[in-house]
Amino acid sequence: MIERCEMSGCGLAGIVNRDGKKISGKYIYDSITSMKERGNGMGAGYAAYGIYPDMAEYYAFHVMLDDLDVESEVKAVLNRFFKIVKSEIIPTKSVPSLYKKTKPPVFYRYFVEPKEDAKLPLESEEDMVVRSVMTINDGIEGAYVISSGKNMGAFKGVGHPDEIGDFFEIKEYEGYIWLAHTRFPTNTPGWWGGAHPFTLLDWAIVHNGEITSYGTNKRYVEMFGYKCTLLTDTEVAAYLFDLLFRKHRLPIRAVFMAMAAPFWKDVDYYKEIGMERLFDVAKMIRTVYAPAMLNGPFAMLFAFKDGVIGFNDRIKLRPFVAAINGDTVYMASEESAIRVVCKEPEKVWMPKAGEPVIALLNHCKEEDVCYPAE
Amino acid sequence: MEVKQVSENVYEIVCGTVHYKELNTKIKDLVKAGAEKIILKEVYGQRYIGTGIKESVKIDIYGTAGNDLGIFLYGPEIEVFGNAQDGVGNTMMAGKIIVRGHAGDVCGYGMRGGKVYIEGDVGYRVGIHMKGYKHLIPTFIIGGKAGNFFGEYMAGGRLILLGLNRKPGEDIVGDYCATGMHGGVMYIRGEVPQRYLGKEVRVFEVDEEDMKILREELKGFSEAFSIPVEEILSEPFTKIVPVSARPYGRMYAHRWGIASGLIK
Repeated sequence: MIERCEMSGCGLAGIVNRDGKKISGKYIYDSITSMKERGNGMGAGYAAYGIYPDMAEYYAFHVMLDDLDVESEVKAVLNRFFKIVKSEIIPTKSVPSLYKKTKPPVFYRYFVEPKEDAKLPLESEEDMVVRSVMTINDGIEGAYVISSGKNMGAFKGVGHPDEIGDFFEIKEYEGYIWLAHTRFPTNTPGWWGGAHPFTLLDWAIVHNGEITSYGTNKRYVEMFGYKCTLLTDTEVAAYLFDLLFRKHRLPIRAVFMAMAAPFWKDVDYYKEIGMERLFDVAKMIRTVYAPAMLNGPFAMLFAFKDGVIGFNDRIKLRPFVAAINGDTVYMASEESAIRVVCKEPEKVWMPKAGEPVIALLNHCKEEDVCYPAE
Repeated sequence: MEVKQVSENVYEIVCGTVHYKELNTKIKDLVKAGAEKIILKEVYGQRYIGTGIKESVKIDIYGTAGNDLGIFLYGPEIEVFGNAQDGVGNTMMAGKIIVRGHAGDVCGYGMRGGKVYIEGDVGYRVGIHMKGYKHLIPTFIIGGKAGNFFGEYMAGGRLILLGLNRKPGEDIVGDYCATGMHGGVMYIRGEVPQRYLGKEVRVFEVDEEDMKILREELKGFSEAFSIPVEEILSEPFTKIVPVSARPYGRMYAHRWGIASGLIK
């Protein structure tokens, strides 16, 4: 299996309405398409939250099938874990320019309810969902779960962002959080499963850059039962978030301190200036979560049901711009991609390296955002 | 993309989301046809504006200028009424760029001539590997603050950082300032914490000679943004210069070369 990370000039964009108001997919489509130049047509994708309000209580599985024949196998696995409430083909539109590159797989979506008796002893519901995703991705050839959260979904494939957006009719969806990505794969194959976003439960990640610590991170998450099957480095970041955020229940800032850890000289400086507590915490996180540190150049957007968080590697080797206008927060690789959909934001800034931009919904407090919510 | 003639030799282009290739070709065609001023409206991140033109033309940009604004610039004057993105003045040779807003990362990279004036802040790695050659002295002036790696590996030219919008307690520049610097000079309005500075540089107070240079260099900036030179000079400046012209000369050198005096 090819296991190399990706080096790229990708582009990313994210929009969140902190009031939870629905935004048409048109905006994220225009934003990411304005950065077409950052990709090469070998991968693009979208993640949207709040798109299935009528089925909000069920896990929405978006599954990519190389062949329609494996659908029965997917259904068999799902039936072991869940009651399938609804299953359907995800509607797509014909985009001829796409077919010149690759033959698109078939996309299915399932709305499922976990079976209480399918849980292993001590296993939480979320753990079981994760296990079912790993079972399908690892066990069924030609089937990949591309998203598995509630009231959200990922849409991705090989193409430019406008092609993929048209293919999935992104403009027809309405969500309160949107992520988008355009890809320029260099180290790993450009295939439908390798496009961003990468998701697990309701985490979604889009990423520009290269995780040079992929080997270390991969071995680390594998110790906790995650399986890296999508041939790219970004996947590992999604699993790390799940591990640190949901399973270990670290506070948001601690998660980002682990992933884009401050340099030891800066940690020592905290002590010099009398910030003893921060010094202790930083030292502990760096020590305990050393294998969770992401090295290499990157900018990443990370979304979940409560908001979007954007962050950079610790020496800012990839571009990242953020803006606020009223209740809407925008993040992107280039300022122009924000201005294309919001001409005069109230505030535009270039965040510092390693410093996360945390845009949570108004009703969420940072300290309350912990998984699973209790 | 809409093009119209405003007056003799003055053209206006409404850019929208047109591809940069189309836009830059149009600009070049207009210059060839004798345009002296080109006004670009509704610019949304089009890249490489101003490159490949030797004629002295004025380009006004309204909107957000895209990456590598004025890359390899060789004469034109560019004025941005808005913000600029990454790579302003990349490997620029001659001409002038004025940005009435902020600019992104890696501006002035490898710049070897001309002037760049930024009204607001700049991002990371600004002025890295700036260089000069004989009569060619590039000048990069920033009205606001700068991020990390400011002037890293700087080899020549003048980097002037003013921090006019700085709030009390705020750093004017980030970490790894002037790391590996081996030529040129940096003037910073205020003090730079020692822990941010590379080992390769030394800090001095400005002397009369420096004040003469500053007065001369700040003239253009002062005119562009209507800030009196005296007001800018009302606070003390720090001068940063390299200790050695070849800080890494010995790093991979053979012992024999050092012993024989060939490598200093």
